[in-house]
Amino acid sequence: MPGLKEVRIRIASVKSTQQITNAMKMVAASKLRKAQTAILKLRPYAAKLSEIMQNLSATAGDSGESPYTRERSPEKILLVVITSNRGLCGGFNSNVIKTTVNKIKSDYAEQERKGTLSLITIGRKASEYFQKRAYNVVESHDALFDHLTFENVTPLAEKLMKAFAEKQYDRIQIIYNQFKNAAVQRLVVEPYLPIIPAAAEPGTGNPATTKNHDYIFEPDKETILYQLIPKSLRIQLYKAILDSFASEQGARMTAMNKATENAKELLKALQISYNKARQNAITKELLEIVAGAEALKG
Amino acid sequence: MKLNIITPDNVLYNGENVYLVQLPGIDGSFEIMNSHAPLISVLRKGKIKVVVKGTDPKYFDVNGGVIEVLDNKVLILAE
Repeated sequence: MPGLKEVRIRIASVKSTQQITNAMKMVAASKLRKAQTAILKLRPYAAKLSEIMQNLSATAGDSGESPYTRERSPEKILLVVITSNRGLCGGFNSNVIKTTVNKIKSDYAEQERKGTLSLITIGRKASEYFQKRAYNVVESHDALFDHLTFENVTPLAEKLMKAFAEKQYDRIQIIYNQFKNAAVQRLVVEPYLPIIPAAAEPGTGNPATTKNHDYIFEPDKETILYQLIPKSLRIQLYKAILDSFASEQGARMTAMNKATENAKELLKALQISYNKARQNAITKELLEIVAGAEALKG
Repeated sequence: MKLNIITPDNVLYNGENVYLVQLPGIDGSFEIMNSHAPLISVLRKGKIKVVVKGTDPKYFDVNGGVIEVLDNKVLILAE
Protein backbone atom coordinates (compact mmCIF):
# COMPACT_ATOMS: atom_id res chain seq x y z
CA MET A 1 0.00 0.00 0.00
CA PRO A 2 1.55 3.31 -1.09
CA GLY A 3 1.85 6.10 1.43
CA LEU A 4 -0.71 8.85 1.82
CA LYS A 5 1.52 11.56 0.47
CA GLU A 6 2.52 9.71 -2.69
CA VAL A 7 -1.11 8.99 -3.55
CA ARG A 8 -2.00 12.62 -3.00
CA ILE A 9 0.76 13.76 -5.33
CA ARG A 10 -0.32 11.30 -7.99
CA ILE A 11 -3.92 12.45 -7.73
CA ALA A 12 -2.82 16.04 -8.25
CA SER A 13 -0.71 15.13 -11.27
CA VAL A 14 -3.44 13.04 -12.90
CA LYS A 15 -5.89 15.87 -12.31
CA SER A 16 -3.71 18.41 -14.05
CA THR A 17 -3.15 16.04 -16.97
CA GLN A 18 -6.87 15.57 -17.20
CA GLN A 19 -7.35 19.31 -17.36
CA ILE A 20 -4.90 19.54 -20.23
CA THR A 21 -6.46 16.71 -22.22
CA ASN A 22 -9.89 18.18 -21.61
CA ALA A 23 -8.77 21.59 -22.83
CA MET A 24 -7.19 20.03 -25.91
CA LYS A 25 -10.42 18.22 -26.59
CA MET A 26 -12.35 21.48 -26.46
CA VAL A 27 -9.89 23.22 -28.76
CA ALA A 28 -9.99 20.33 -31.23
CA ALA A 29 -13.78 20.36 -31.14
CA SER A 30 -13.99 24.02 -32.04
CA LYS A 31 -11.36 23.66 -34.77
CA LEU A 32 -13.22 20.64 -36.05
CA ARG A 33 -16.38 22.69 -36.42
CA LYS A 34 -14.56 25.17 -38.61
CA ALA A 35 -12.76 22.56 -40.66
CA GLN A 36 -15.94 20.58 -41.09
CA THR A 37 -17.85 23.56 -42.46
CA ALA A 38 -15.02 24.20 -44.90
CA ILE A 39 -14.95 20.66 -46.22
CA LEU A 40 -18.73 20.41 -46.35
CA LYS A 41 -18.85 23.63 -48.35
CA LEU A 42 -16.24 22.39 -50.77
CA ARG A 43 -17.79 18.99 -51.38
CA PRO A 44 -20.80 20.18 -53.42
CA TYR A 45 -18.44 22.39 -55.42
CA ALA A 46 -16.11 19.49 -56.17
CA ALA A 47 -19.03 17.17 -56.88
CA LYS A 48 -20.58 19.63 -59.35
CA LEU A 49 -17.27 20.22 -61.08
CA SER A 50 -16.59 16.52 -61.52
CA GLU A 51 -20.17 16.03 -62.68
CA ILE A 52 -19.71 18.63 -65.41
CA MET A 53 -16.36 17.11 -66.31
CA GLN A 54 -17.75 13.62 -66.56
CA ASN A 55 -20.64 14.87 -68.59
CA LEU A 56 -18.20 16.57 -70.94
CA SER A 57 -15.63 13.83 -71.26
CA ALA A 58 -18.36 11.28 -71.90
CA THR A 59 -19.66 13.28 -74.86
CA ALA A 60 -16.56 15.10 -76.04
CA GLY A 61 -15.05 12.02 -77.60
CA ASP A 62 -11.30 11.58 -77.41
CA SER A 63 -9.77 14.04 -74.99
CA GLY A 64 -6.28 12.62 -75.36
CA GLU A 65 -4.69 15.95 -76.22
CA SER A 66 -4.55 17.18 -72.63
CA PRO A 67 -1.07 16.73 -71.14
CA TYR A 68 -2.65 15.62 -67.86
CA THR A 69 -4.48 12.57 -69.11
CA ARG A 70 -1.61 10.82 -70.82
CA GLU A 71 -0.55 7.65 -69.09
CA ARG A 72 3.13 6.76 -69.13
CA SER A 73 4.91 3.74 -67.78
CA PRO A 74 5.47 4.46 -64.09
CA GLU A 75 9.20 5.15 -63.95
CA LYS A 76 9.30 8.25 -61.81
CA ILE A 77 6.84 8.28 -58.96
CA LEU A 78 5.84 11.12 -56.68
CA LEU A 79 3.87 10.52 -53.51
CA VAL A 80 2.24 13.44 -51.73
CA VAL A 81 1.90 12.48 -48.08
CA ILE A 82 -0.44 14.55 -45.94
CA THR A 83 -0.24 14.38 -42.16
CA SER A 84 -0.64 16.92 -39.38
CA ASN A 85 1.78 19.39 -37.84
CA ARG A 86 1.09 18.30 -34.29
CA GLY A 87 0.82 14.99 -32.54
CA LEU A 88 -1.53 13.73 -29.84
CA CYS A 89 -4.20 12.64 -32.24
CA GLY A 90 -4.18 8.88 -31.83
CA GLY A 91 -3.10 6.79 -34.78
CA PHE A 92 -3.75 9.56 -37.29
CA ASN A 93 -0.19 10.24 -38.39
CA SER A 94 1.31 6.81 -37.85
CA ASN A 95 -1.39 5.29 -40.04
CA VAL A 96 -0.51 7.59 -42.92
CA ILE A 97 3.19 6.91 -42.53
CA LYS A 98 2.69 3.18 -42.22
CA THR A 99 0.54 3.08 -45.34
CA THR A 100 3.08 5.12 -47.26
CA VAL A 101 5.93 2.84 -46.27
CA ASN A 102 3.88 -0.25 -47.14
CA LYS A 103 2.85 1.25 -50.46
CA ILE A 104 6.47 1.96 -51.33
CA LYS A 105 7.49 -1.56 -50.33
CA SER A 106 4.69 -3.31 -52.18
CA ASP A 107 4.26 -1.22 -55.35
CA TYR A 108 7.30 0.96 -55.85
CA ALA A 109 10.19 -1.05 -54.44
CA GLU A 110 11.97 -1.03 -57.78
CA GLN A 111 11.62 2.71 -58.28
CA GLU A 112 12.87 3.29 -54.77
CA ARG A 113 15.98 1.23 -55.42
CA LYS A 114 16.67 3.19 -58.57
CA GLY A 115 16.11 6.43 -56.73
CA THR A 116 13.25 7.59 -58.91
CA LEU A 117 10.73 7.67 -56.10
CA SER A 118 10.17 11.10 -54.56
CA LEU A 119 8.02 12.36 -51.75
CA ILE A 120 6.39 15.68 -51.05
CA THR A 121 5.31 15.90 -47.45
CA ILE A 122 2.64 18.19 -46.06
CA GLY A 123 2.59 18.34 -42.28
CA ARG A 124 5.53 18.26 -39.91
CA LYS A 125 4.99 14.67 -38.75
CA ALA A 126 5.56 13.17 -42.18
CA SER A 127 8.36 15.62 -42.96
CA GLU A 128 10.28 14.63 -39.84
CA TYR A 129 9.75 10.93 -40.33
CA PHE A 130 10.76 10.73 -43.96
CA GLN A 131 13.61 13.21 -43.79
CA LYS A 132 15.24 11.29 -40.96
CA ARG A 133 15.20 8.13 -43.02
CA ALA A 134 16.72 7.59 -46.43
CA TYR A 135 13.78 8.81 -48.46
CA ASN A 136 14.00 11.32 -51.23
CA VAL A 137 11.87 14.16 -49.86
CA VAL A 138 11.90 16.88 -52.50
CA GLU A 139 9.69 19.37 -50.73
CA SER A 140 7.90 19.89 -47.45
CA HIS A 141 4.97 22.21 -47.02
CA ASP A 142 4.37 22.36 -43.30
CA ALA A 143 3.19 25.96 -43.18
CA LEU A 144 0.13 25.25 -45.32
CA PHE A 145 -1.97 24.45 -42.28
CA ASP A 146 -1.37 27.86 -40.71
CA HIS A 147 -3.45 29.60 -43.34
CA LEU A 148 -5.47 26.97 -45.08
CA THR A 149 -7.07 28.73 -48.03
CA PHE A 150 -7.57 27.83 -51.63
CA GLU A 151 -5.16 30.59 -52.74
CA ASN A 152 -2.37 29.10 -50.64
CA VAL A 153 -2.85 25.58 -51.93
CA THR A 154 -3.08 26.60 -55.59
CA PRO A 155 0.68 27.18 -56.15
CA LEU A 156 1.48 23.63 -55.02
CA ALA A 157 -1.17 22.22 -57.34
CA GLU A 158 0.27 24.27 -60.23
CA LYS A 159 3.73 22.96 -59.42
CA LEU A 160 2.54 19.35 -59.45
CA MET A 161 0.78 19.84 -62.79
CA LYS A 162 3.82 21.49 -64.31
CA ALA A 163 6.14 18.77 -63.06
CA PHE A 164 3.88 16.14 -64.53
CA ALA A 165 3.49 17.92 -67.86
CA GLU A 166 7.27 18.31 -68.11
CA LYS A 167 7.67 14.60 -67.41
CA GLN A 168 9.55 14.99 -64.18
CA TYR A 169 7.13 12.44 -62.81
CA ASP A 170 5.10 9.75 -64.51
CA ARG A 171 2.65 9.22 -61.72
CA ILE A 172 1.54 11.31 -58.76
CA GLN A 173 -0.48 9.92 -55.88
CA ILE A 174 -1.83 11.50 -52.72
CA ILE A 175 -1.98 9.66 -49.41
CA TYR A 176 -4.22 11.23 -46.80
CA ASN A 177 -7.03 10.74 -44.31
CA GLN A 178 -10.46 11.32 -45.73
CA PHE A 179 -12.97 12.84 -43.37
CA LYS A 180 -16.05 10.72 -42.71
CA ASN A 181 -17.25 12.11 -39.41
CA ALA A 182 -15.67 13.30 -36.18
CA ALA A 183 -14.81 9.78 -35.06
CA VAL A 184 -14.07 8.07 -38.37
CA GLN A 185 -11.36 8.78 -40.91
CA ARG A 186 -10.70 6.75 -43.99
CA LEU A 187 -7.15 6.42 -45.18
CA VAL A 188 -6.97 6.71 -48.95
CA VAL A 189 -4.29 6.45 -51.62
CA GLU A 190 -5.68 8.61 -54.39
CA PRO A 191 -4.33 8.87 -57.93
CA TYR A 192 -3.72 12.51 -58.79
CA LEU A 193 -1.98 12.50 -62.14
CA PRO A 194 -2.45 11.26 -64.79
CA ILE A 195 -6.20 11.73 -64.70
CA ILE A 196 -7.98 8.49 -65.26
CA PRO A 197 -10.89 9.39 -67.54
CA ALA A 198 -14.38 9.25 -66.06
CA ALA A 199 -13.07 8.26 -62.67
CA ALA A 200 -16.34 8.65 -60.85
CA GLU A 201 -15.97 9.03 -57.13
CA PRO A 202 -18.40 6.56 -55.65
CA GLY A 203 -21.34 8.19 -53.98
CA THR A 204 -20.97 11.71 -55.35
CA GLY A 205 -23.79 12.76 -57.55
CA ASN A 206 -25.77 10.75 -59.99
CA PRO A 207 -24.06 10.55 -63.38
CA ALA A 208 -27.39 10.03 -65.12
CA THR A 209 -28.94 13.33 -64.04
CA THR A 210 -27.13 15.70 -66.38
CA LYS A 211 -26.63 13.39 -69.31
CA ASN A 212 -29.79 14.13 -71.19
CA HIS A 213 -29.89 17.89 -71.18
CA ASP A 214 -29.30 19.69 -74.40
CA TYR A 215 -26.53 22.00 -73.29
CA ILE A 216 -25.08 24.78 -75.34
CA PHE A 217 -21.31 24.60 -75.01
CA GLU A 218 -19.52 27.88 -75.30
CA PRO A 219 -17.05 27.96 -77.06
CA ASP A 220 -16.93 24.14 -77.47
CA LYS A 221 -16.67 20.98 -75.42
CA GLU A 222 -12.97 20.37 -75.99
CA THR A 223 -11.96 23.88 -74.96
CA ILE A 224 -14.10 23.73 -71.85
CA LEU A 225 -12.72 20.35 -70.87
CA TYR A 226 -9.20 21.59 -71.46
CA GLN A 227 -9.86 24.55 -69.18
CA LEU A 228 -11.61 22.49 -66.55
CA ILE A 229 -8.91 19.89 -65.98
CA PRO A 230 -6.46 22.20 -64.17
CA LYS A 231 -9.33 23.65 -62.17
CA SER A 232 -10.45 20.27 -60.98
CA LEU A 233 -6.87 19.30 -60.15
CA ARG A 234 -6.49 22.36 -57.94
CA ILE A 235 -9.76 21.53 -56.24
CA GLN A 236 -8.75 17.91 -55.76
CA LEU A 237 -5.56 18.83 -53.93
CA TYR A 238 -7.30 21.46 -51.84
CA LYS A 239 -9.99 18.95 -50.95
CA ALA A 240 -7.43 16.35 -49.90
CA ILE A 241 -5.70 18.83 -47.59
CA LEU A 242 -8.97 20.07 -46.12
CA ASP A 243 -10.10 16.49 -45.63
CA SER A 244 -6.90 15.69 -43.81
CA PHE A 245 -7.18 18.79 -41.64
CA ALA A 246 -10.74 18.02 -40.58
CA SER A 247 -9.78 14.39 -39.94
CA GLU A 248 -6.88 15.51 -37.78
CA GLN A 249 -9.14 17.59 -35.57
CA GLY A 250 -11.63 14.74 -35.36
CA ALA A 251 -8.93 12.24 -34.48
CA ARG A 252 -7.50 14.56 -31.85
CA MET A 253 -10.89 15.17 -30.32
CA THR A 254 -11.56 11.44 -30.05
CA ALA A 255 -8.11 10.72 -28.66
CA MET A 256 -8.33 13.48 -26.08
CA ASN A 257 -11.83 12.47 -25.09
CA LYS A 258 -10.53 8.96 -24.46
CA ALA A 259 -7.59 10.31 -22.48
CA THR A 260 -9.87 12.44 -20.31
CA GLU A 261 -12.04 9.45 -19.62
CA ASN A 262 -9.03 7.29 -18.75
CA ALA A 263 -7.84 9.97 -16.37
CA LYS A 264 -11.24 9.93 -14.73
CA GLU A 265 -11.06 6.16 -14.20
CA LEU A 266 -7.56 6.45 -12.85
CA LEU A 267 -8.59 9.21 -10.47
CA LYS A 268 -11.40 7.05 -9.14
CA ALA A 269 -9.02 4.17 -8.43
CA LEU A 270 -6.48 6.50 -6.86
CA GLN A 271 -9.11 8.12 -4.68
CA ILE A 272 -10.14 4.69 -3.35
CA SER A 273 -6.58 3.75 -2.55
CA TYR A 274 -6.08 7.16 -0.92
CA ASN A 275 -9.12 6.65 1.28
CA LYS A 276 -7.96 3.18 2.24
CA ALA A 277 -4.50 4.44 3.16
CA ARG A 278 -6.03 7.24 5.20
CA GLN A 279 -8.37 4.84 7.02
CA ASN A 280 -5.44 2.52 7.75
CA ALA A 281 -3.43 5.36 9.22
CA ILE A 282 -6.31 6.37 11.48
CA THR A 283 -6.89 2.81 12.67
CA LYS A 284 -3.21 2.43 13.40
CA GLU A 285 -3.12 5.66 15.39
CA LEU A 286 -6.20 4.65 17.40
CA LEU A 287 -4.69 1.30 18.21
CA GLU A 288 -1.54 2.99 19.41
CA ILE A 289 -3.48 5.35 21.68
CA VAL A 290 -5.60 2.54 23.10
CA ALA A 291 -2.51 0.42 23.66
CA GLY A 292 -0.77 3.35 25.34
CA ALA A 293 -3.72 4.01 27.68
CA GLU A 294 -3.90 0.31 28.47
CA ALA A 295 -0.21 0.30 29.40
CA LEU A 296 -0.63 3.32 31.72
CA LYS A 297 -3.55 1.68 33.51
CA GLY A 298 -1.56 -1.46 34.16
CA MET B 1 -34.03 33.12 -62.28
CA LYS B 2 -32.03 31.64 -59.46
CA LEU B 3 -28.35 32.43 -59.13
CA ASN B 4 -25.65 30.73 -57.09
CA ILE B 5 -22.05 31.86 -57.11
CA ILE B 6 -19.75 29.66 -55.07
CA THR B 7 -15.99 29.51 -54.57
CA PRO B 8 -14.04 26.69 -52.91
CA ASP B 9 -14.00 28.68 -49.66
CA ASN B 10 -17.24 30.56 -49.69
CA VAL B 11 -20.66 31.31 -51.07
CA LEU B 12 -20.48 34.66 -52.86
CA TYR B 13 -24.06 35.00 -53.93
CA ASN B 14 -27.23 33.03 -53.45
CA GLY B 15 -30.51 34.53 -54.50
CA GLU B 16 -33.68 34.32 -56.53
CA ASN B 17 -35.32 36.81 -58.88
CA VAL B 18 -32.11 37.78 -60.57
CA TYR B 19 -32.80 39.85 -63.67
CA LEU B 20 -29.43 39.66 -65.39
CA VAL B 21 -25.90 38.30 -64.94
CA GLN B 22 -23.00 39.65 -66.92
CA LEU B 23 -20.02 37.29 -67.14
CA PRO B 24 -16.45 37.39 -68.43
CA GLY B 25 -16.43 34.46 -70.87
CA ILE B 26 -13.13 33.31 -72.34
CA ASP B 27 -14.23 34.57 -75.76
CA GLY B 28 -15.63 37.83 -74.44
CA SER B 29 -18.25 39.13 -72.10
CA PHE B 30 -21.78 37.76 -72.23
CA GLU B 31 -25.04 38.11 -70.35
CA ILE B 32 -27.64 35.69 -69.13
CA MET B 33 -31.26 36.64 -68.54
CA ASN B 34 -34.36 34.83 -67.47
CA SER B 35 -35.22 31.48 -69.09
CA HIS B 36 -31.89 31.01 -70.79
CA ALA B 37 -31.31 27.72 -72.58
CA PRO B 38 -29.09 25.12 -70.83
CA LEU B 39 -25.47 26.21 -71.13
CA ILE B 40 -22.02 25.24 -69.94
CA SER B 41 -19.15 27.63 -70.38
CA VAL B 42 -15.88 28.72 -68.84
CA LEU B 43 -14.99 32.13 -67.49
CA ARG B 44 -11.75 34.02 -67.39
CA LYS B 45 -10.50 36.48 -64.80
CA GLY B 46 -12.82 39.43 -64.47
CA LYS B 47 -15.92 40.87 -62.88
CA ILE B 48 -19.33 39.27 -62.56
CA LYS B 49 -22.19 41.74 -62.54
CA VAL B 50 -25.47 40.73 -60.94
CA VAL B 51 -28.58 42.84 -61.45
CA VAL B 52 -31.71 42.43 -59.37
CA LYS B 53 -34.47 44.81 -60.43
CA GLY B 54 -34.96 47.74 -58.12
CA THR B 55 -31.51 47.48 -56.47
CA ASP B 56 -28.01 48.55 -57.36
CA PRO B 57 -25.99 46.02 -59.37
CA LYS B 58 -23.52 43.89 -57.43
CA TYR B 59 -20.02 43.08 -58.65
CA PHE B 60 -17.83 40.10 -57.85
CA ASP B 61 -14.21 39.61 -58.85
CA VAL B 62 -13.30 36.13 -60.02
CA ASN B 63 -10.13 34.43 -61.23
CA GLY B 64 -11.99 32.30 -63.69
CA GLY B 65 -14.63 29.65 -63.23
CA VAL B 66 -17.32 27.50 -64.77
CA ILE B 67 -20.95 28.33 -65.37
CA GLU B 68 -23.86 25.97 -65.75
CA VAL B 69 -27.36 27.11 -66.66
CA LEU B 70 -30.14 24.60 -66.28
CA ASP B 71 -33.89 24.96 -65.64
CA ASN B 72 -33.58 28.70 -65.01
CA LYS B 73 -30.95 28.03 -62.36
CA VAL B 74 -27.52 29.54 -62.85
CA LEU B 75 -24.61 27.96 -61.00
CA ILE B 76 -21.21 29.60 -61.15
CA LEU B 77 -18.24 27.73 -59.75
CA ALA B 78 -15.84 30.64 -59.35
CA GLU B 79 -12.24 30.69 -58.24
